[in-house]
Amino acid sequence: MNASLPIADRGARQLSSSAKLGSAVPAAHRKRHSALVRVTHWTTTVAFLALLVSGGEIVLSHPRFYWGETGNVNMRPWLNLHLPSSRDTVPTGYGYVLPDQNGWSRYLHFQAAWLAVGTGLFYVLFGLFAGHFRRNLFPAASDLSIKELGGSLVRHLRFERPGKEEAWSYNVLQRLTYLLVIFVLFPLVIWTGLAMSFGFTSEFPLAVRLLGGQQTARSLHFLVTIFLVLFLLIHVLMVFVAGFRNRMRAMITGRATPPTE
Amino acid sequence: MSNISRRKFITTGLAVAAGASGIAVAAKVARLHGLIPPDAGGLYGPGETLTYAAQRLLTRHSMARQFPRTEISKNPFANEVDRLGDEFKRLQAASFVEWRVTVDGMAARPASFSLAEIRGFPTSTQITMIGCEEGWTYIAEWTGVPLSYILDRVGALPQVRYVVYRSIQPDWWESIDMADALHPQTLLAHRMNGNELPVPFGGPVRLRVPRQLGYKNVKYINRLTLTDNLKPFGKGLGGANPDGGYAWYAGI
Repeated sequence: MNASLPIADRGARQLSSSAKLGSAVPAAHRKRHSALVRVTHWTTTVAFLALLVSGGEIVLSHPRFYWGETGNVNMRPWLNLHLPSSRDTVPTGYGYVLPDQNGWSRYLHFQAAWLAVGTGLFYVLFGLFAGHFRRNLFPAASDLSIKELGGSLVRHLRFERPGKEEAWSYNVLQRLTYLLVIFVLFPLVIWTGLAMSFGFTSEFPLAVRLLGGQQTARSLHFLVTIFLVLFLLIHVLMVFVAGFRNRMRAMITGRATPPTE
Repeated sequence: MSNISRRKFITTGLAVAAGASGIAVAAKVARLHGLIPPDAGGLYGPGETLTYAAQRLLTRHSMARQFPRTEISKNPFANEVDRLGDEFKRLQAASFVEWRVTVDGMAARPASFSLAEIRGFPTSTQITMIGCEEGWTYIAEWTGVPLSYILDRVGALPQVRYVVYRSIQPDWWESIDMADALHPQTLLAHRMNGNELPVPFGGPVRLRVPRQLGYKNVKYINRLTLTDNLKPFGKGLGGANPDGGYAWYAGI
């Protein structure tokens, strides 16, 4: 009957809601992150921290890494973390054995993995449909020149506070980093994790064969985790550089204050 | 209440009701199809149930990876075991001729098999990997009688849902569902790499279930119990490891 009515209706709603908000927060606060991004960001944070703590705990029961299919204390590891272990079968050089925590660690690890994978699928599907990747993550072609990338890198290394233009969108290095984490590191850590599962590889043997073996999968799982932890540390550091309060408010409430001169 | 908020209220209410009844129906269907593990309760129940149900839907008949002979580990690692008791020592001193595996519970013809009988049953051989939940692995050739043959021989009743298996070590036991119990790679293994199964690796008889982790591959098996309910065993979680805080299903 009247196709424009719902849009007008929506506009009126937005007006009234911002008018309502105006009494509580400065009118200058603007939308920074969508609800999808905020909810999946914090869900992933919880899942990732749970995976990190439980994963680190599981490593302590055998803090050595091997290449190929097999590896055990009778074989030479490519990496020995020289950490105390929760098993007395692993010679560590330490005079004590840590308590066995693998029961809850493994339970928590897989529960958190389900949460992370579910959140990831939800994020990627909605990100595609809602145009989040196109709008916010894929860099503009003009930003991919050596000059632009170099300039952005120099500004990061000088820990410069981001300029006005970055108040409402990600800069080019940020975009590339997030794309790397979302589309390379996360899929890799899930793949290498599944490749260690005897049940999973009985149905999908290529998942582990392509990687080069069960112990290689375990080693890669550990290495990818190190890159994810590096990302987490730099990410948090950058939040502090860019202004902790404003960035946290943006990721929690969705709104941010425009930068002042 | 404005029109919009009432509409929102109604749709949210309907969505919540649909979601709740959807979960209830899903739980009922899952129970009917044996997708709920015995340790589904508690803090980590949801993750464990998702893992077990996903594995049962995806991997019910899949075969654990097999390896060429050249990949058999030259340095397999025999994990430590609790001190073996006097009864074990006595049987070991007599070359295990008196070792018996008793099969009881929901069977038409409960039986007790001597080691000689078990060694005389038809065998299956596999070169598969065994992996500990700690992260280490080795590959070996295992030979033994398929558990499905034993179940057939004692006349397992149709309502059997789990096989409980026990070690001669006190209070050391585990259980598996019928998908794993009837799986062709699940063996009562009594040979390893062409020799009698050495004691450190579980000899004379070890349960080999290669789609699951080491702790489900219990050593020194002397009793199998067929049941439709794990509640009466230990804490009702399906094994000594689950009673100690580990997951019952260890295919991951």
